[in-house]
Amino acid sequence: MEAGLAVRMHGIHKRFGAVAANVDVDLTVRTGTVHGIVGENGAGKSTLMSVLYGFYSADSGSIEVFGQPATIRNADEAIALGIGMVHQHFMLVETLSALDNVMLGAEPHWRLSRAQDKVRQTLDGLMQTTGLHVPLQALVQDLAVGDRQRLEILKALYRGARILVLDEPTAVLTPQETEQLFGVLDALRRQGTTIVLITHKLKEVMRLCDDVTVMRAGRVVARLPIEQASVEGLALAMVGRKVQMGRPESAQGTRASHGLLQATGIMWRDVYGVQRLHGLDLSLRAGEIVGVAGVSGNGQSELLDVLSGLLVPTAGQMTLQGQVFSADAWLDPHTARTMGLAHVPEDRQSRALVMDFVAWESAVLGYDGLSDYSHQGWMDHAAMRSATAAMMARFDVRPAAPELRSSKFSGGNQQKLVLARELGQAPRVLLVGQPTRGVDIGAIEFIYARLRELRDAGCALLVVSSELDEILALSDRVIVMNQGRITGDLAIGDCTEAGLGLLMSGAAE
Amino acid sequence: MNAAKPLSRWAELLLLPLVCLGVALLAAAAVVTLVGQNPVEVVSVLVQGALGTRRGVSYTLYYATTFIFTGLAVAVAHHGGLFNIGGEGQAIMGGLGTGLVALWLSSSLPAWVILPLMMLAGALFGMVWAAVPAYLQAYRGSHVVITTIMFNFMASSLLVYLLVNHLRPAGAMAVESAAFAPSARLASARDALAWFGIDWPASPLNLSLLLALAASGLVYLFLWRTRAGYHLRAVGASPAAAEYAGIRSRHQVLVAMAISGALAGLVGMNEIAGVNGRLLLEFVSGAGFTGIAVALMGRNHPVGIILASVLFGALFQGGAEVAFEVRGFSRDMVVMLQGLIVLFSGAMAYVIAPVLARVLAWSRALGWRHG
Amino acid sequence: MDEALWGAMLASTLRMATPLVFCALAGLLSERAGVVDIGLEGKMLFAAFAAGAAGAVYGSTLVALSVAMALAVGLSWLHGLACVSHPGDQVVSGVAVNIIAAGMTVVLGAAWFAQGGQTPPVSATVRIQPLWPALAERVQTIPGIGTVLGPGLFGHDLLVYLAYALVPAVWWLLFRTRFGLRLRAVGENPQMVDAAGVSVLRLRYTALTLNGILCGLAGSYLVLAQNASFSQNMTAGRGFMALAALIFGRWHPVGALGACLLFGFMDAVAIRLQGVKLTGFGEVPVQLIQALPYLLTVILLAGFIGRAVAPQALGKPYVKER
Repeated sequence: MEAGLAVRMHGIHKRFGAVAANVDVDLTVRTGTVHGIVGENGAGKSTLMSVLYGFYSADSGSIEVFGQPATIRNADEAIALGIGMVHQHFMLVETLSALDNVMLGAEPHWRLSRAQDKVRQTLDGLMQTTGLHVPLQALVQDLAVGDRQRLEILKALYRGARILVLDEPTAVLTPQETEQLFGVLDALRRQGTTIVLITHKLKEVMRLCDDVTVMRAGRVVARLPIEQASVEGLALAMVGRKVQMGRPESAQGTRASHGLLQATGIMWRDVYGVQRLHGLDLSLRAGEIVGVAGVSGNGQSELLDVLSGLLVPTAGQMTLQGQVFSADAWLDPHTARTMGLAHVPEDRQSRALVMDFVAWESAVLGYDGLSDYSHQGWMDHAAMRSATAAMMARFDVRPAAPELRSSKFSGGNQQKLVLARELGQAPRVLLVGQPTRGVDIGAIEFIYARLRELRDAGCALLVVSSELDEILALSDRVIVMNQGRITGDLAIGDCTEAGLGLLMSGAAE
Repeated sequence: MNAAKPLSRWAELLLLPLVCLGVALLAAAAVVTLVGQNPVEVVSVLVQGALGTRRGVSYTLYYATTFIFTGLAVAVAHHGGLFNIGGEGQAIMGGLGTGLVALWLSSSLPAWVILPLMMLAGALFGMVWAAVPAYLQAYRGSHVVITTIMFNFMASSLLVYLLVNHLRPAGAMAVESAAFAPSARLASARDALAWFGIDWPASPLNLSLLLALAASGLVYLFLWRTRAGYHLRAVGASPAAAEYAGIRSRHQVLVAMAISGALAGLVGMNEIAGVNGRLLLEFVSGAGFTGIAVALMGRNHPVGIILASVLFGALFQGGAEVAFEVRGFSRDMVVMLQGLIVLFSGAMAYVIAPVLARVLAWSRALGWRHG
Repeated sequence: MDEALWGAMLASTLRMATPLVFCALAGLLSERAGVVDIGLEGKMLFAAFAAGAAGAVYGSTLVALSVAMALAVGLSWLHGLACVSHPGDQVVSGVAVNIIAAGMTVVLGAAWFAQGGQTPPVSATVRIQPLWPALAERVQTIPGIGTVLGPGLFGHDLLVYLAYALVPAVWWLLFRTRFGLRLRAVGENPQMVDAAGVSVLRLRYTALTLNGILCGLAGSYLVLAQNASFSQNMTAGRGFMALAALIFGRWHPVGALGACLLFGFMDAVAIRLQGVKLTGFGEVPVQLIQALPYLLTVILLAGFIGRAVAPQALGKPYVKER
């Protein structure tokens, strides 16, 4: 029983510099329903909701709220229209009480004590009707994550939100807390609140939502009522439209030989105390490319960071080239490099390169101690420059100017430079996150060829990619990650569309 | 605020600082006019006083020497991602170190032994005075800006205490130490050049200028030619990338501040060993803060710092001449100008930059239409 | 020590601490809103000069006070233009204000009054006199505690009492009003305040305005009450001591008050302890006592005597993508 449309966004375009975050996006949310927006990191979901909430102004497009056209220039106007947002990173002041956090911006009186009394009354009533309970006097810094989220929802409802947008709400919740949240959302829906749920967790979508919109690379790729959706279908829509099974060159399967890296029982918890890696076991063999498939955000990035020494696991062990590292004496990035482990990080701009350095200085990042590059602590500029020129020639980095500042190169060329640097060291083990992100089509095959070359020379590669096509094109073996666990480990020949979809969504447990 | 078109690299490196300097000069000129002076007259007396005579040039270079040291100190810390406001205190401690070694050992050691020892002591004392706040920042989270400000005051108190209670010769009125033996003094420019048969007017300029230039060269080599300098700059430019490269940030914070403090500590070689030949109270007098202005103007590069130091040296020397010749004027004019330069080149650069970008775009459009 | 000495000490402490209290409260409001204020020294110096100059020229306390406060507010707004409206570096801006003030006050003073940077003494009518001299004398006659409290507590002028009255006032503003709640929030998490629909800019500029007014009072006190004229660099580091007191007081008005009183006491003691030998210790160097406030602050910041946690967003420019 629809009473009309709560939100209608039409033709939304939003660009940040060279990046097109939203391209011609349409969103239609029926009043009194739970609408899921799914997509990977970088798909444009958060940007779209930030436009709705007034944080950003769209470059073009229109918005209608409850049938009325609306221009939303700031959060205040969004709140006035009845839009409330629960952000992924909580917008709370830790040193203030829960009560103060709720009423900030909408205090009913200039004297705090009076304001607090009035708000407390209203909130008590609200907590009763919604079933959301939060200790109002407690300071936020003393609240558990689940409580903080309930507080955020309470905050939005107190401001009169009739459209509640939640951005990745369960990212920081335990399974029990997630169930509690769903109970609250169900209750709110029954009371007529419209809910927009941004998530990449498909099981939740299937459980809660009435409609679902799928976004990929800034565009809407699917829009359907939940009865027509399936977990596998959604997963595949999120990571790639067409799935090519098999590869153009001879699928010889793996010619892997001896093990180079074994990791067992890798566990890692983030700052919020949420377990991100649940006891992973992994082994990489020489002459093999292992691809990590899965919707991004399921622990793949953390896995790479742990294996390369950037993060220290809370438990687990790793054997690299015969040397054993345990969680209390983990390897560091420098040691990793000297042992022949190279890492192409996912975050190009802040990790892989120093944007303010010129290209040749970035091209020796992590390797400045090599005998080719420096002697007795003095850097050999000429050697570094010529090595960089060679890298640029080999990987067709444009412009081939070692003296140009790293930030001046396009994203794709930056990526090629990073790959040239890491591959150029002929590592024994190579960890790669998103190898061709931002790279132009012509260069993608070139990069694949280089990776295969490395594999044939006896290297063990671990490739994380949110592009399923890429995983399938490169891998000899595919492991699938979901919710910080490895849900599948298949030889390339055993991969099927349906099977992978199930594993990626965690449905086949 | 809409993200305006950013300035091109040449505009940012060369034009913007000049524009900021220009704005600061205009502001200073406005104040000069406000007090009833003629800015043009003031400027001409200033330039003449600073660069018109050999004596003036000599004084200019003498001032510049100290500023090179403090400017390099700020710059090295900046490359490491830190703001070293403590140059004042580090310079005081450096002077103290230099002076103590001179007082204790100068009567028994020849110049070629004691002078390097004095230099080492100065650098070491300055280094320690900077390393403690650095350690507190890296390992205990106390913000280096606040702690170095506190350390400035503590250094000043310490110097007064030592001079008044321990280093002042018995019965003397002036708050200074005994004079150093001749071996503990850096030759003045006059004496050094006389050795080559060149006649040079008397001034405080001394051999420490060569030390300052050498330090500039070494800082350049360190920052851009050594692995250690590369690591330091990486941490300052992108801590996340440095971490990825296996560089330890905490360690680099200590290194950056230690070198910075050591450079500031060398001020003692100019003021104590070179000019005064004794330890006294006011030998830094704000040079630490001038170092900030110099580093800002010099874009944290040794060559820029040398040029900016000469500029500020000229301002100080010229300012003294103006105070002499123009009635109702004092040296503090230069202090004010220095503050204006810090304001416009430092904090207000973000206000000026978009205006400059718009002006450039507008003039480009004009040129295009006429061209 | 006899009671007369205690009374004198109490009086000295309160007087020494007064400019510190004004400045510390000023810095408190600014820093609680997330804006670092290194420029307290410069603003106080400028205000002192303005009060001295205006007082001498216009012969009116009110004019002197108003000019001083207006000028300090102007400097605070300049700081805001650089660092709040634009992402300029807050520390650099503060350092700049200090240097400019040090130079410009002497330039203007020397040019306008031809006394080498000093302003001529303001007349007794302009100077701020003790508020209740008759009461103070009456209290002093009470045996015992009267000799302490008479001069110590009741012999002060309006600005002294105002400073101490402002402490509970600022406390009330910060912790009992809507504005105070928002101010505290914007110093911890400006994004949150923005998302709640409140203007970060307006909050910070309001804090800066109050900051300017308080710095103006601090400077005015130095010239109109404590001395009678402005002299070069008369603030002598008090602005930094106020900053130290603010941090030592953990960014809380009552803590800052305690720290200011402590530092003021040290100042008063230092002068009297000169030449005095303490048993088992020998002569206490006056410079040690002068350095003690700074040393204590460093020790506190290093976490050796408890922890001082700054407002989370302090020093970071707030930038919104539009």
